[in-house]
Amino acid sequence: MTDLATTLAPERTAPVPVRPRERSAVGRRVLVGVLAVLVLVALWELVKVVVPDAGGHLGEASVLPRTDDLAMPHVWTIVDRVLDPETSAAGSPTVLSAMLSACWFTLRVALAGWLVGSVGGLLLAALMQRWQLAEAALVPWVVLSQTVPLIALAPLVVGWGGRIHLGELEWQRWMSVALIASYLAFFPVTIGALRGFQSPPAAQVELFRAQAASWSRTMRSLRLPASVPYLLPALRLGAATAVVGAIVAEVSTGTKGGIGRLIIGYAQSASGDPAKPWAAIIAAALLGLVAAMLVSLLGLGLGRYRYAEVR
Amino acid sequence: MNAVEARGVGKVFASRSGDVHALEGIDLTVAAGEFVSLIGPSGCGKSTLLRLIADLDTPTSGELTVFGKTPQQAREAQDYGIAFQQAGLLPWRTVTANVELPLELHGIGKAERATRAAELLSLVGLDEFAGHFPHQLSGGMQQRVAIARSLAERPSLLLMDEPFGALDEMTRERMQTELVRICAESGAAVVFVTHSIPEAVFLSQRVVVMSPRPGRISAVIPVNLGDERGEDLREDASFFAAVTAVREALHGTPVTARGVDLR
Ligand SMILES: Nc1ncnc2c1ncn2[C@@H]1O[C@H](COP(=O)(O)OP(=O)(O)OP(=O)(O)O)[C@@H](O)[C@H]1O
Ligand SMILES: [Mg+2]
Repeated sequence: MTDLATTLAPERTAPVPVRPRERSAVGRRVLVGVLAVLVLVALWELVKVVVPDAGGHLGEASVLPRTDDLAMPHVWTIVDRVLDPETSAAGSPTVLSAMLSACWFTLRVALAGWLVGSVGGLLLAALMQRWQLAEAALVPWVVLSQTVPLIALAPLVVGWGGRIHLGELEWQRWMSVALIASYLAFFPVTIGALRGFQSPPAAQVELFRAQAASWSRTMRSLRLPASVPYLLPALRLGAATAVVGAIVAEVSTGTKGGIGRLIIGYAQSASGDPAKPWAAIIAAALLGLVAAMLVSLLGLGLGRYRYAEVR
Repeated sequence: MNAVEARGVGKVFASRSGDVHALEGIDLTVAAGEFVSLIGPSGCGKSTLLRLIADLDTPTSGELTVFGKTPQQAREAQDYGIAFQQAGLLPWRTVTANVELPLELHGIGKAERATRAAELLSLVGLDEFAGHFPHQLSGGMQQRVAIARSLAERPSLLLMDEPFGALDEMTRERMQTELVRICAESGAAVVFVTHSIPEAVFLSQRVVVMSPRPGRISAVIPVNLGDERGEDLREDASFFAAVTAVREALHGTPVTARGVDLR
């Protein structure tokens, strides 16, 4: 969450208008992404070649990890393993299809959480923009909320959820997971939206005041459009953290069906089948990227508002 | 009814390093349809006075009315249009949409907005740029969009703070002539802040000269160069005489009269 520091940093100057990014820049970013993956693969294999199988030792202390095939399987072993059946049982699906359906489950839960968190974050930011007092009172709590360890929260949420019966609606396990994901997603969105809402320069705010525009009108026609360059990165970051939150929540609430559970399950067979947990870990990381990318699609129709994207 | 009436208006900004007396004892009346310029050294409170009239700030003493109402009531009734030093355009709106903003905020229909915006854009000479975004315009062009926007609702009072500051001399003189024409046509009163003596003289019926620390009115120079103010007026002896008068008031000492030769 390196973006957090910049997201939280107080605004010094108004964003300088720049032209929307060109299409070729998108292509370059994809290329850079692919290169980064290749470099990572090369490094992985290099470590395996250079560092002895037993790892590096300084006297008694181990300073480098073991690099034998059990601890660090070859990249191609992992790829191979993904395409093989999950277990030796007859009719077992491949690891790939098991992971895909697990990722699909987690992605939906994470996006549900992201949606709730984003709406909550936007409302909270609007509230804080409306009343300075609310901002002064709430910001410390918003920041503090993120220091509560997720692991501690999970059983609580499941406990509360179990007691909720809203008519027909039966509280489901996945809802607890989504709620925890939303708890992580709401933070960057709140901070980003607040900064965005406060971003219009005095000349613009006073123009609306001079027109006797109401608060909600000013919100709709000035603050909301002005916040887009702040909101999009915040929403992207929120999507990535929602996925992390969903995975951790799955593990700590013992929710089945998602990639979090799969990682744990595969890890238990690590000694005999070391490539499997690695495959699941990679899948989880990719899932975060996919979620962030899905959210960036939101920005496609908003070109004219992205005159000065804050990244 | 007078457009603006100020009686003993003062404004003190409280700050940690002590109070700043931005304005003190301002008495000023601007009649309906009258064009009044404010001129004075930097920091003498010209913008502050304008902001008080626009109800963007409140006076700390004295009494201020706009069309017989409090500034707040006047603002809520949309009695004035503003064009300030910073154009304050919305970067995500096209030039047309920026000009339409005040109309849109007050629920004017689409068709009427479009006609009015087209009208105003040709007035400020920007019809070709109607579909452009602000960042595609020069500073002077942005300023012209802001002026067009201030005129959108045909306000009976225009508050302008160095609106022509960013314009080149030629455009500036053209805009001045246009402004005189617009005001004559619409009968709008104008309070106009400027640093240019010739500009103040060309535009105004009265030039209000201010002095700093605390901001006060040090002189009011009636100009009255007539309603027909064409380009040739800028070469006229009466114009130079008025420029001299304002300059003397501004400097506080009589400049040696050199009559019409003074440029
Ligand atoms: N918000 C504020 N807080 C504190 N002091 C202020 C504030 N606004 C203006 N001042 C002070 O009030 C005085 C008058 O400022 P103002 O902006 O009205 O000057 P001005 O005549 O418009 O100057 P310029 O010609 O440079 O635009 C200045 O001394 C300024 O420092
Ligand atoms: Mg000023």
